[in-house]
Amino acid sequence: MEEIKVNDYAVVMKNIVKEFYDVRANDNVNFLVKNGSIHGLLGENGAGKTTLMNVLYGLYHPEEGEIFINGIKQDIHSPTKAISLGIGMVHQHFMLARPFTIVENVMLGRKSRKGILLDTKETAKDLVALAEKYKMKIDPYAKIWQLSVGEQQRVEILTALYQGAEVLILDEPTAVLTPQEVDGLFVTLREMKNDGKSIILITHKLEEIVCIVDEVTVLRDGAMIGNVEVDCNTTKAELTKMMVGRDVLFNFEKSNSAAGEKKLTIKDLKVLNDKNFLALDGFSLDVHAGEIIGLAGVDGNGQKELCEALTGIRTVESGEVKLDTINIENKPPLFSIKKGIAHIPEDRHITGLALGWSLKKNLILKTFKDNSKFGLIDEKKIEDRWEKARVAYQIKANSGDDSARDLSGGNQQKVILARELENNPVILIANQPTRGLDIGATEYVRQKLLDAKGDGAGVLLVSADLEEILQLSDRIAVIYDGKLMGILPGGSDVKKIGELMMGKKLEVEQNAK
Amino acid sequence: MLSNIFTVSFFVSLLASTIRLATPILLPALGQIYTQRAGILNLSVEGTMTIGAVAGFAATYYSGSLWLGILMGMAFGMLYSLLMAVLSVTLRANQVIAGTALNILGIGLAVFFYRVIFGIQSLPPQVEPFQMLKIPFLSEIPVIGVILFQHNIIVYLSFVMVVITWFILEKTTFGLKIKAVGENPKAADSKGVNVSKYRYFAVLIGGIYAGAAGAFMSIAYLNIFTESIIGGRGFIAVAVVIFARFLPIRAMWGALLFGVASALQLRLQALGIDVANQLMLMLPYALTIIALVLASKKADFPSAYAIPYSRKER
Repeated sequence: MEEIKVNDYAVVMKNIVKEFYDVRANDNVNFLVKNGSIHGLLGENGAGKTTLMNVLYGLYHPEEGEIFINGIKQDIHSPTKAISLGIGMVHQHFMLARPFTIVENVMLGRKSRKGILLDTKETAKDLVALAEKYKMKIDPYAKIWQLSVGEQQRVEILTALYQGAEVLILDEPTAVLTPQEVDGLFVTLREMKNDGKSIILITHKLEEIVCIVDEVTVLRDGAMIGNVEVDCNTTKAELTKMMVGRDVLFNFEKSNSAAGEKKLTIKDLKVLNDKNFLALDGFSLDVHAGEIIGLAGVDGNGQKELCEALTGIRTVESGEVKLDTINIENKPPLFSIKKGIAHIPEDRHITGLALGWSLKKNLILKTFKDNSKFGLIDEKKIEDRWEKARVAYQIKANSGDDSARDLSGGNQQKVILARELENNPVILIANQPTRGLDIGATEYVRQKLLDAKGDGAGVLLVSADLEEILQLSDRIAVIYDGKLMGILPGGSDVKKIGELMMGKKLEVEQNAK
Repeated sequence: MLSNIFTVSFFVSLLASTIRLATPILLPALGQIYTQRAGILNLSVEGTMTIGAVAGFAATYYSGSLWLGILMGMAFGMLYSLLMAVLSVTLRANQVIAGTALNILGIGLAVFFYRVIFGIQSLPPQVEPFQMLKIPFLSEIPVIGVILFQHNIIVYLSFVMVVITWFILEKTTFGLKIKAVGENPKAADSKGVNVSKYRYFAVLIGGIYAGAAGAFMSIAYLNIFTESIIGGRGFIAVAVVIFARFLPIRAMWGALLFGVASALQLRLQALGIDVANQLMLMLPYALTIIALVLASKKADFPSAYAIPYSRKER
């Protein structure tokens, strides 16, 4: 490392070691960002990307290693220090106080020009000017909860810039955006690069950033694997291999078997969200046997409420849900479970699993009665059940008595799959089934969804990940603001889906089923 | 009979004493607005007020200075709430349990020190309390003058604090940071706000207000100290904050509601209305609870309410 001239780089991180208890999240990582460049930091979930950036931002303290900013060695012990060195970070989960206005959120991170009083007006004026400079539009007095995800991201970027960021870290910035919003973001990032700022993009999806980054650093299992210059023509396969450590075949056999008869009918569904606003506003959709219908949409447009209404967890205000000819809306969850509706919930830690419980018990959460004798749990039966699931789903765990908390995300999801796919469901509702999983587990879960379809299940795949939707779906439905915007055939153009995701109506092909 | 009750002078004295009785609710409630806005639910306000009452009383008794009494009430209130801050912020204890325990401890300590200092006397020791301060000219206005401008100085100051508290929370950087650590401590942290520091401030400010209110009870409202001098006002104050959706102006209305019920109850008893006095005593508390139930459904709690913060490091 000594031969590196630290002066040529905006950021030099040398031999960084960061440990959590006994796990090495960063193992002697070297990370260099050239002045005025856009740098990708690539790796799977859990590879240590975010940890490394949190070290740079002063949120974590490394056990070993040195950091140079603009050629000068620095000890970054807090975010305040990082900010004063011109480092800004846009976190994956936005760091915004939702009841506050934009300008209040911005003022939180800086000294007021009026001493102890807030300089709201001045800051608001500066913000609007700054936003214009980087081709963004904002209303500084809007409250955060009123903003779309893309707008919230803009607020985060503006906050960092206003704090004087010369190096801007963005953690998975494209994951939550529609394709059009991604284009807008890239326009802003290019403006910033032209201004001489350095940008670090953390991502586990290379293809989304390949055209904008100059260089990519790949992390795997906490270690640095390589540093590659890339452009639009760089192929995915090579870098994916670096990330995962083996070849990944993302080409699933998509059997184009004709869809079967109509199984699930959703008609004019109206459902309230937790704040008593309409989350679903007259939503209609059919799911047929033996098909995967992908429901695309930006998070928070009613997807969660839809899944909950379909599984009996949320009250339906009006409209109906029919399985074959039976109405299932506003029936207890057990009713729809018995009728063969399976559900992979959005958040496996909250609704998917009882984290403190054993794997065995998690497996039989829905079938306690079938696994008990005279009201007592039949230990032998559930041990058998566990053993079968472990083999069939390749769950890596020491024993069925381990608590669910101790498993990796991928293995947790396998436990849920084993539970939900037992007894071949008629309808499978999969809400963000691969969110937060590494590539290997993602591959596995997607294959299982295709298998379920092959076994005749109608699969409703809810995902904010367009790549996933396109890969698996026979038909693609788009939800926006609680309404169905339209249904497109599988393999449709991403831009077209993106437009629907932003609320543009589909004009012609309403009956493109 | 009824015409005897509802005379102008009855209403004037009712409303005047409403304002006086609202003060020991208003003061701790204003303090708890800081505390709860910062995400800390401090249930030991009652105990803290009792400590403030004994500290204020003892200081005034021996020095003869009422202002020293108020000051000591504030100082000991702050000192005692430091315990809550350590437990809830540094040690990240469950706030309901920590607060409940500290509440019992606080009342116990206050009574213990009262005994140690004053021993057991046949006649309880007394102090000369704060006198009524008639505001020149204004107190001469008929009706309104008597209601609003014939109180002791602490009452006036408490109502001034409503505006000051609002100003601090809405217009200063300090207030913004207090609200931020209660709303999204992670966001505040990432923007360079020291979460622990501001949560400490918030709990200590709550303690100061509660201590002052305690001293108000023993040297301004009454002139003696008794074991049950606070009489649930600390808990009512905590409830008023929630009922007021953490807004100072609304907290004032909440305190006045309790005040008017207390005043009404006292007067009706004095008039010899034929209702069991136990039932009458319940009135202010029952009324406050009913108001709470009706209003609190809409309360938008700070997102990190009663949740300890940790950066998940080391």
